Amino acid sequence: MTAPLTPSQTVGPFFGVGLPFEQGEQIAPPGSAGAIRIEGQVLDGDGQPVPDALLEIWQPATGFGRARTDSEGAFGFTTVKPGAVPAPNGRTQAPHLNVTVFARGLLRHLVTRMYFPDETEANATDPVLNLVAPARRETLVAKSCGGVLHFDIRLQGEQETVFFAI
Amino acid sequence: MSDREDEREPPYLYPDYVGTRLRAPAKPLVRLPDGFHDFPAPVFPRTLVELDHDLTRRHSGEPIGERIIVAGRVLDSDGRPLRNTIVEVWQANAAGRYLDQDDQHPAPLDPNFTGAGRCLTDDEGRYRFITIKPGAYPWKNHRNAWRPAHIHFSLFGSGFRSRLVTQMYFPGDPLMPRDPILQSIPDQAGRERLVSRFDPEATVPEWALAYRWDIVLRGRAATPFEDEP
Repeated sequence: MTAPLTPSQTVGPFFGVGLPFEQGEQIAPPGSAGAIRIEGQVLDGDGQPVPDALLEIWQPATGFGRARTDSEGAFGFTTVKPGAVPAPNGRTQAPHLNVTVFARGLLRHLVTRMYFPDETEANATDPVLNLVAPARRETLVAKSCGGVLHFDIRLQGEQETVFFAI
Repeated sequence: MSDREDEREPPYLYPDYVGTRLRAPAKPLVRLPDGFHDFPAPVFPRTLVELDHDLTRRHSGEPIGERIIVAGRVLDSDGRPLRNTIVEVWQANAAGRYLDQDDQHPAPLDPNFTGAGRCLTDDEGRYRFITIKPGAYPWKNHRNAWRPAHIHFSLFGSGFRSRLVTQMYFPGDPLMPRDPILQSIPDQAGRERLVSRFDPEATVPEWALAYRWDIVLRGRAATPFEDEP
């Protein structure tokens, strides 16, 4: 017998008092060996910044991070790049981070993935990327610019980020 | 998520809740084959946060308001208690004001109330917070919109698919039927699962009323992983 799940509700706009914690965005100390910087912006269906979103990144091999967006919708994490991830069918997934998005206006959280731009070969055979329409795959791959990995999250619209059913 | 579970959750787009209109994804979510999301829940870095289940003892004085106990069990959908799992809560003060610079409700802040707590469940999956009853507050969703009193909860559970952020309400609150956030849940039984019940047995005489609220997170029975010791 399976008990019905407790339903989800929005994180609301005022989670700042409860959820962010100091150094939550630093899975690896900045400047440490292998540390990488991820920066991006959360945008709504009008392309406007979402200043009240909370992001969590998680990969069992590298750790858990949590960061909120600022008044410009911007967020950042410092972490290390994970290795390839085993897939349930015995195949291999390209290195990626699981990204969870909470925000005012999201009655349930959203789950997406950030893949790495320097993994062209692994990304080309990744079983999850290959389930996504080719034109939308690039929403899941960060862009390298000036030593920083840039990863925007578009909740709605033409360039809408791919989100996964969970 | 199975289709049946999906029908019990609020939709992403619920126009009565205006905030969903430009934030709900318009394209269908991509469904992955079984197993791709069956990995353990995030390991919360407990050394970085202070655990405190008593929201009334964070400052030199006592907060204004009605002291309450909020307690219950965290179970997975297979009925197993979730032990030693972190429960995070945050809420408005008794006047309906959050300690947040963006909260513009003209109600007083309380210098003795922050409104946030974290605790771990025990071996039976039980959690317990001591706090003050939050007030209702206005919001600009529609004319004369007021949120029913609620406490926000955040839990991880055992697997990545167990993650839950939700809100707990109080029994008998007349604002609930008018609240689009609560009403976004499609069925009455689902909405009722977010309403705590008054718990006279746990109420402490001469001290605090108690409310009981149990939480059910998605279990991992259908996965090849086994998280029981």
